Amino acid sequence: MTEWSIIWEARGAFLNGALNTLILFILSVLAAFAIGCFTVYLLEARNALSTVLRWAINLMRMLPFLVLAYLLYYGLPSLGVKPSAWGAGLVALAIYHAAYFAEILRGARIVLPAGQIEAAKAHGFRSARLYWRIILPQLVIRTRPLLGNQLIYALKDTAFLTIITVQELTAAANSVQATYFIPTEAFIVVIALYWVISICLELALKWAGRFGAKRGFEHA
Amino acid sequence: MPEVPAVQIDSLSKSFDGVEVLRDISLTVNKGEVVSVLGSSGSGKSTLLRCINWLEEPDRGVIHIAGERIGVDAHGKRMNNRDLAAIRARTGMVFQSFNLWPHLTVLQNVMESPVQVKRMRKDEARAIAEALLEKVGMEHKADAYPYTLSGGQKQRVAIARALAMSPEVILFDEPTSALDPERVGEVLTVMKNLSSEGYTMIVVTHEMEFARAVSDQVVFLEKGLLIEKSAPEKFFTNPETERVRKFLELSA
Repeated sequence: MTEWSIIWEARGAFLNGALNTLILFILSVLAAFAIGCFTVYLLEARNALSTVLRWAINLMRMLPFLVLAYLLYYGLPSLGVKPSAWGAGLVALAIYHAAYFAEILRGARIVLPAGQIEAAKAHGFRSARLYWRIILPQLVIRTRPLLGNQLIYALKDTAFLTIITVQELTAAANSVQATYFIPTEAFIVVIALYWVISICLELALKWAGRFGAKRGFEHA
Repeated sequence: MPEVPAVQIDSLSKSFDGVEVLRDISLTVNKGEVVSVLGSSGSGKSTLLRCINWLEEPDRGVIHIAGERIGVDAHGKRMNNRDLAAIRARTGMVFQSFNLWPHLTVLQNVMESPVQVKRMRKDEARAIAEALLEKVGMEHKADAYPYTLSGGQKQRVAIARALAMSPEVILFDEPTSALDPERVGEVLTVMKNLSSEGYTMIVVTHEMEFARAVSDQVVFLEKGLLIEKSAPEKFFTNPETERVRKFLELSA
């Protein structure tokens, strides 16, 4: 089992990659979620900006993630901005998944009972406070399973960033397997690590589901 | 100098897609008065109520809430959202379908508007909310979420939520129409208590007993026209119009 001992020797590279993946994932989904929520707030007003945003969301969703990452990393330098691979990767993840978060929340917004919003308006609520206090919490509670699914996608999309040279988990495995020619073992370790992160994510989402269950939004 | 009326409606008209739902309605509601609005379905009762706090924008007419014009600013232009919200905050509304906020507990539902709209301190809002929940007999459910409540309980919480803003007037839009018959009484009892405490109320309802017992004025709408306005005794025993006579016969 010399292959496994090689993997063990290279554990530092794997852990470093996993840590990078985790940091990228956490920062990007926090940013993506915040941008998504804010975008849906801007969509509340029916104006030119909201039309532009609708188009932007759709264009982003029609774009393969890898192409967006390429565009930011290789395209921006021609505009005089030279991002680091890590920075370009983070921004790509954040805006790409922001579009999906926005679309998920927008769908729930469309079916939110109008009466509750009328009740809020009748009590003097308007724009920002109406959205952040009355509308958004319900959208998030209602869409928890979809948001959770999107988090898993976001986690897996971090693997694409290896192609623009970000030193994340998949890149670490690739470098180990290329150096020692042990692809099977290297990628098995990587799969296991992605699984561990995903399972933790799933457990956290399940735990979050009790907020909805307590309020009658879903049946636990 | 007479007191400024809680609500003054002058020549209010409203159409939906060319259909006139309200035609030249005028109505004055003084402080402490209870006005019941009767009429068959589609007569424009709910629209009238929803125009008062501008949930529906009237086509013509002027509405004053405690002397302040709603919806239109001093230059005759559409009021900005901030000013509109400020006037709306001085009215309360209770809906047929309750419309409690399901992500908040009963207590939070009642505290939410004072804290968020009036910027009241939380402990102060909590004290007010607890007192109001006690008034409507719902203090034992303060920490429950709305989905666990019966219709009558939800409506009593919705009334407490409206009261929490100390409104100049409370608008009731068929508050008992979505309730099981055995739950109607508990809501009407709360509303009767409010009237005896001097709250100003405009109530769109089909509850004749309530209208007769509690109202200071009863108005009757027919096809968007206000065709009768009288004291309840007169309205129910000796109405002026044939239409109202017929209506009372059919609903007796």
